[in-house]
Amino acid sequence: MSTYQRNMALTGEPPKALNTGQKVGSAIGLFGLGILGLSIFNITFPNKALWLTISLSMIAGGIIWFARSQYKNTQPGIKNNGVWFKSISSRGLLGWLSAVGLCGFYIVLYFYPQYLGQGSDGAANTGLIGLFDPLSYLLKGQPASQWFVYGVLYTIAIISFGIKFLMKYRHNRYERLRTYSVMFFQTAFAFLIPEIMAGLNGDLPYYDLKNVWPLNYYLFDQWNVNGLLANGSVGLTLLLWGIVSIFVITPILTYKYGKRWYCSWVCGCGGLAETAGDAFRQLSDKSRKAWKVERWLVHTVLVFAVISTTGVIHSYLGDGSKYWLSATTFLIGVAVFLTLLLAFIWIFKREELKKDAKFGAVGFLVIILSFIAMHFFSQTDALFFFKSHEVRSTYGFLIGSIFSGVVGTGFYPIMGSRVWCRFGCPMAAILGLQQRLFSKFRITTNGGQCISCGNCSTYCEMGIDVRAYAQKGENIVRASCVGCGVCSAVCPRGVLKLENGPLEGRINPQDVLLGQDVDLMDLLKK
Amino acid sequence: MEHIIIIGNGIAGVTAARHIRKNSNKRITIISAETDYFFSRTALMYVYMGHMKFEHTQPYENWFWKENRIELMNAYVNKILPDENKIEFEDGSHLTYDKLILATGSIPNKFGWPGQDLKGVQGLVSKQDLLQLEQTAPNNKVCKRAVIIGGGLIGVELAEMLHTREIPVTFLVREKGFWRGVLPMPNATMISNHIKEHHIDLREEEELKEVLSDDNGHVRAVITKKGEEIPCNLVGLCAGVRPQIEFLKESGIEYNRGIMVNRNLQTNFSNIYAIGDCAEQREPVGERKAVEAVWYTGRMMGEVVAQNICGNPVKWNPGHWFNSAKFFEIEYQTYGWVWNNPKEGNDHFTWNGNDGRSMITIEYEIASRKFIGINTFNIRMRHEVFDKWLNEEQTIDHVVYNLRDACFNPEFFKEPYHDIKSQFSNLLTN
Repeated sequence: MSTYQRNMALTGEPPKALNTGQKVGSAIGLFGLGILGLSIFNITFPNKALWLTISLSMIAGGIIWFARSQYKNTQPGIKNNGVWFKSISSRGLLGWLSAVGLCGFYIVLYFYPQYLGQGSDGAANTGLIGLFDPLSYLLKGQPASQWFVYGVLYTIAIISFGIKFLMKYRHNRYERLRTYSVMFFQTAFAFLIPEIMAGLNGDLPYYDLKNVWPLNYYLFDQWNVNGLLANGSVGLTLLLWGIVSIFVITPILTYKYGKRWYCSWVCGCGGLAETAGDAFRQLSDKSRKAWKVERWLVHTVLVFAVISTTGVIHSYLGDGSKYWLSATTFLIGVAVFLTLLLAFIWIFKREELKKDAKFGAVGFLVIILSFIAMHFFSQTDALFFFKSHEVRSTYGFLIGSIFSGVVGTGFYPIMGSRVWCRFGCPMAAILGLQQRLFSKFRITTNGGQCISCGNCSTYCEMGIDVRAYAQKGENIVRASCVGCGVCSAVCPRGVLKLENGPLEGRINPQDVLLGQDVDLMDLLKK
Repeated sequence: MEHIIIIGNGIAGVTAARHIRKNSNKRITIISAETDYFFSRTALMYVYMGHMKFEHTQPYENWFWKENRIELMNAYVNKILPDENKIEFEDGSHLTYDKLILATGSIPNKFGWPGQDLKGVQGLVSKQDLLQLEQTAPNNKVCKRAVIIGGGLIGVELAEMLHTREIPVTFLVREKGFWRGVLPMPNATMISNHIKEHHIDLREEEELKEVLSDDNGHVRAVITKKGEEIPCNLVGLCAGVRPQIEFLKESGIEYNRGIMVNRNLQTNFSNIYAIGDCAEQREPVGERKAVEAVWYTGRMMGEVVAQNICGNPVKWNPGHWFNSAKFFEIEYQTYGWVWNNPKEGNDHFTWNGNDGRSMITIEYEIASRKFIGINTFNIRMRHEVFDKWLNEEQTIDHVVYNLRDACFNPEFFKEPYHDIKSQFSNLLTN
């Protein structure tokens, strides 16, 4: 009785140690990762296909082994024991080290692919990317690229951590179905279909059918549009699919089911967050301040995306002889569309907009319209202060690479798994506006049953203070909610339920909860 | 400006403060010797289990209090001087109130067991209890075995907590079946079995007789009523709670088990109120107990007292009984009254999901078939719907055949309603 600590800290000696199986799983996974690490330093493997297979199987196998050992002797139910005691999941040393490691990986991936062995000017790939050549040839008959490597690792992460999530939530059918869904969409839509299609039509740009503009911010770039159009009816169909996705399919599905149909059932970023990122969901910031930052930041990114895309399309449309639309018509069209959209929201949903939302909405509209107006007055071919391609490349760098990649995934162990989805994703911003204003989705709270324990808020990856609503008996109708369902799962008293229901009574602020004196409730409702 | 002092920053006191603020501009001071800020007592277990950090149990951010002009004081109130409208602190200083709300909550029951005040013997009610538990039972090397006394809600929570740190637990339950004083036998049996499945050494019909000390005044073992000596390093006293009212001894405020209040939640002094666990109703409402140590009751009393203080006299008249709990992996909800044995003229209908986890028991009046109440295990039900059915005095038949309307399980969950209906119909025809 001498080696243990006796202090007043609230974290004594908790269930945080790994069991033998978990250690074996970690070792296997790390060994697989080690092979990839060695390849970066140009260790030549005699049989690339074999070593790649070994490496990837060990990574996936290690993760699954780890998960099995973690959950096999447990009963079905919530598995959050020791989450805040473990270094990796409570911003401990391991958490910070993984964050640095992940950020480093993304920086190299995006900006220095040559260090990963990307061959340039027709030279063969070496190193890590070279190791993936056999798989790439198998799928599409072309050498690998940094994006191919990334795609493979990404898919493996979603599948193996998805299996872990399935074991963890084996008692919860909503969570299971949702996880099968993200695993499927990543494997088929983001990985296999585009790679195989690229193999069939060599010059067809990579196109992930479920990746909707503005998340897919390069959809309307000239090289992409030309690439699609050059492929005849297949390409044209894909381009039309992209337009229909954002303007028709997305609004309908979001109206019926909320943004969850996309963010936690289909989307690749969401898929990674829900599987590999699940261990970090509790790290999101729940403060009112963070919510404020979130609202301004995510909508600013959306405005940035609209301006950038408008500028890009405008820059190559010309006088309408090359494409059927002229730049001027296009700009006027955008201006009219945005004005009508805001007017529509203003007329039908004015009471639901808070003061800062009104201010922000009008402010953003003025910015967009004034940029467009500048074009007509300045008579230059630049749409904005800067040339549109500069706006576009700034967007690609700041948002596409730094925000969604380096920060979005690299910061998992520090700020939770949904940093990008919450603060940066323009697609989430659009879906969120719609979810808040025009959707049947809500999280219902169950009368007076809330005990304010805080599990829901703690495990909300989007940083929503769910408890603040639940303890008031108020439904949760928040733009940012991705409908992962974990708040409902971790609630010990059965208070929360994700539902699609009638619009009437969807937002229901209450003064006194159910169970109270009926007369008092009536009195306070007046 | 009228000064309202609230002693106790639990759910009752804080709810009262919030509602007084909503309805008035009065000066509000909340005093607590436990913590600086309100936290959810029911969530203490999750801190020990590592699901949450202590700050996560605080439902309001720290700016909330200042923004709403609710003054917080971390101090210990020694006594009340009702004739001078003053309270006296431990250090002898005073504070004057116009109206006083006592919301001091509960402390663990102790029944005069020899050794009950030894080191390592504790309840699980306050933050201090949690800190103490971290000392006594940080892991299974320091705490080789724990003995829990009393088969109630706190007892099973403590068992679950210790289980996460792989500390062997012996759980002494007086009745034949867990929480049998409240639950019907099939329910109690299922929970007992579930607890045993988690390798908890559950001893039914067994009680504490004595706690034995080692040389340092620390618990070494317990002796049970049946005479067995069980070595242990922690004794969890979870045989219920009682109102925390010692500091009222010479105040002239009337108390019995708790502080006596009328239906307006007033004590014998018209400007002193008592709410939550520490209050005892002079006239209990309906089937409710005079002292109700329940989260929801504390909250609702806070709402009512706020109305009374803000010049809108309202009687304490809560709606239909409801409650909830979680026993390891089994969620429990109840609406209306289900007695451990059916009241005279009533009967129970029980459906068993046969998975060791899901079950419902309905109490109903035999003659009129009126629905009295329901216990549900691992089937979430909608409070609103049951409240409506109870108001409408629906029959058990209506409830069983429309159970699906009350479903609150997450989407895609398998629904047992068909099975419940067919079992119920079989009973009717036989």
